Amino acid sequence: MYENQSVAQRSTESALATNKVLRNTYALLSMTLIFSAVMAAVGMAMNLGPGASLGASIGAIALVWFVLPRTANSSAGIFVVFAFTGLLGMGLGPVLNQYLALGNGAQIVMTAAGGTGVIFLALSAYALTSRRDFSFLGGMLMAGFIVVLLAAVANIFFAIPALSLAISAAVILIMSGFILFDTSRIIHGGETNYIMATAGLYLSIYNIFVSLLHILGALGGER
Amino acid sequence: MDWIKIATAVFLVAMLVFLWPRAKHMLKHSPKATSDDWRSLILPIGGLILFVVLLVMSVR
Repeated sequence: MYENQSVAQRSTESALATNKVLRNTYALLSMTLIFSAVMAAVGMAMNLGPGASLGASIGAIALVWFVLPRTANSSAGIFVVFAFTGLLGMGLGPVLNQYLALGNGAQIVMTAAGGTGVIFLALSAYALTSRRDFSFLGGMLMAGFIVVLLAAVANIFFAIPALSLAISAAVILIMSGFILFDTSRIIHGGETNYIMATAGLYLSIYNIFVSLLHILGALGGER
Repeated sequence: MDWIKIATAVFLVAMLVFLWPRAKHMLKHSPKATSDDWRSLILPIGGLILFVVLLVMSVR
């Protein structure tokens, strides 16, 4: 009897902790997405060159790799998340300017942004309502990402447009898998740090948006 | 070849070097998927592909 009560209490505590991580993750994610959009507007207004865009992306990834893991358990982690999402947003400025220069550029950017939002919401809802464990995807997604990186390096030198589109399509599939994987990890208690969870989901959303923008611009852009 | 392409290539190779040990660890320690697990992926991945095709058609 007492044992059953204790098990029930432990499971309630665990569900509450999971809900707290989810709530904090989505709250921080929405704030970072808004901040990122503001910084993208700043990047567009400043008319940054492609070099500045690459520099911002390198700075952002350096923060995610070297600073975030050391600060994720303190309030400093929140500032690091805002710094890296702000840098990535600013780095998007020149890319957005390039697409907006197309005949139907505004439509392409809005479709990519709306499409990314729908993909994220639908996949999160699926992971949350089905409560399935997608941890089996981890190895496959990382292997797929390594292959995509190798193909991306090769395509810098070969510059094959079809390969570039295939890479973007693969990135959308892999990042969608990461949304299922990350959300399922939060639900099943595999990720208890909402700052790290936010960073993972933000990177998936960012990569889906950029890849969708590339595919829509290549297949539907009016020169 | 301009310096931005070279810098991008260096950046991507650095990402590969950084992610390689993590990928190896995840490949070794990921749980094996059952046929039921794969079936649960058909709906979201199929829906995703269909949705992206619809988005492309909407801007053409």
